[in-house]
Amino acid sequence: MALVEIRDVHKSFQRDTQRIDVFTGLTLDIEAGSFTALMGPSGSGKSTLLNLLAGLDKPTSGVVRVGGAEVSAMRPAQLAAWRARNVGFVFQSFNLLPVLTAYQNVELPLLLTNLSKKDRDERVRIALGVVGLEDRMDHYPRQLSGGQEQRVAIARAIVADPTLILLDEPTGQLDAKSSQEVLSLLQRLNAEFQKTIVIVTHDAHAADRATAVLHLEKGDLIEKAAAS
Amino acid sequence: MKYLPLVLANLGRHKRRTFLTIASVALALFLFASLRTVVTTLAATAQFGGARRLVATNATGIVFPLPLAYANRLKAVPGVEAVSWANWFGGRYGDGKRFFANFAVDAESYLAMYPEIVIPPDQRDAFLRDKSSALIGKRLLTQFGWRLGQNVTLQGTIFPGDWTFTVRAVYTPTDPVIGDDVLIFHHALFDERIGRAGIAGWYIVQIDNPDHAAGIAKAIDDLFRNSSAPTKTGTEREFQASFATMWGNVSLLMGTIGLAVVFAILLVTANAMMMGARERTGEVAVLKTIGFSDRLLFTLVMLEAGVLALTGAAIGLGGAKLLYKATNFNGMGFLPGFNVTSATLLLGAGVALALMLASGLVPAVRAARLPVVQALRHVE
Repeated sequence: MALVEIRDVHKSFQRDTQRIDVFTGLTLDIEAGSFTALMGPSGSGKSTLLNLLAGLDKPTSGVVRVGGAEVSAMRPAQLAAWRARNVGFVFQSFNLLPVLTAYQNVELPLLLTNLSKKDRDERVRIALGVVGLEDRMDHYPRQLSGGQEQRVAIARAIVADPTLILLDEPTGQLDAKSSQEVLSLLQRLNAEFQKTIVIVTHDAHAADRATAVLHLEKGDLIEKAAAS
Repeated sequence: MKYLPLVLANLGRHKRRTFLTIASVALALFLFASLRTVVTTLAATAQFGGARRLVATNATGIVFPLPLAYANRLKAVPGVEAVSWANWFGGRYGDGKRFFANFAVDAESYLAMYPEIVIPPDQRDAFLRDKSSALIGKRLLTQFGWRLGQNVTLQGTIFPGDWTFTVRAVYTPTDPVIGDDVLIFHHALFDERIGRAGIAGWYIVQIDNPDHAAGIAKAIDDLFRNSSAPTKTGTEREFQASFATMWGNVSLLMGTIGLAVVFAILLVTANAMMMGARERTGEVAVLKTIGFSDRLLFTLVMLEAGVLALTGAAIGLGGAKLLYKATNFNGMGFLPGFNVTSATLLLGAGVALALMLASGLVPAVRAARLPVVQALRHVE
């Protein structure tokens, strides 16, 4: 069953007088519980697709539907609330708030819920436990390694139990060992917790861990393959 | 409340900048409260005056005396019930640098005319009996550690020489405008020491009915119109107001400076807030990605501005209130009853609120309107 449905999506940008078409009628499905890798050269539209899925950007035309909700038709205020409940986002450069501890960073999405302080505390501890950083919860980002920072970012992305986890080059700034740790963690989240994961990556090792790989080139889906 | 740690963490990001911003706001509002209190104190002074008391001064100017012989003629004016007189003395105490208001009065008639000056009966009698004695405000007692029976020497400035008085009585004013740091002594002694010159600085005339004030004042002035020292008579309130008017331009100047300072601080604070918001463009984008709504981000930025402005206001306004109260400040006697009023505190809080809006609004709107995809490009 498709969790994400993209139908005839067009997306274009205006740069000065030049119109740049990123997607011209993109259609694809992403299955619930899948671990999908989006690959392709720079400028192929990977990140734009991720932004459309997260409701951070709107298609010029066409429909983006996630879990039955038509994301592309939502107003900004609806999108924010929808994103808080349904999307966990992980960036290449971690993007933890430097003034907050690992615990406080992970707690951020839960502040948008009606959970009590006690329930929030419980969930933050579980999320940090899942990424193996329960002993680093009082550390600030500057006191963590790159790999640890990315694991905190993943904990932040999963803490509100979202429908969809989106990752934009999550291993792009990590060394090989940390990359493997992060990818193993994502694989575990997918296999053990049935999380639907979409990862934008240039890294073939990352794609190897996925259950499906989508290749984009100049906005077109040129290949859809089951990963090895 | 659950967002408070986030707001405080953001404020703690640049501790020195936050401290300086709060200090700037505090200083601005301290100055605002101080300058406004000068203005309100002067206004209150101008409003002081018994309804049944007139003051007659030399028409040429208050620095010119009137003959003491006018007293009996004044008493004869219809509608006049009592007459008293006083002279500004202007003496200094101690090393000659300590100054407080001091003047010579016709003690018995003066105290009878001023029920606002409250003295224990035994001390009042002692003061009236002893011509070389002084009546002092209670503040002088604590300020200089004086005690009853002690001799106090003033150095005359207008009337040279050492003038020694025995403290026989301490008064408490019921109206703060009178001031509680004045030294009053007997005009008889004053007159004797200056060689029986027979002068009075001004006369205070008690009348039978406040409604007759204008007529009686005219009658007095008519009486001395063709003398060598014509008078200018008015109500005591007009007399006080004329002093306040002398400060008039100072009040305007202080008000203008106060506003300018507050405005300058506002610009500094607004700039600091906007710098803070600009630096966090990427973080705002990340928060939006997490699901923070535009409205919530607007509120959080306004909260930050609010914490800065209101903390500064609490320190500045509270500091002014407590400092002036604790030190019993009265501007060396020129600003009796100097007190930061509730109205000034409320107005200061209003200024702080305006400061919060002015400094927070631009960055808050900017954070709310930030296009997240565009901002994320800066982050990545």
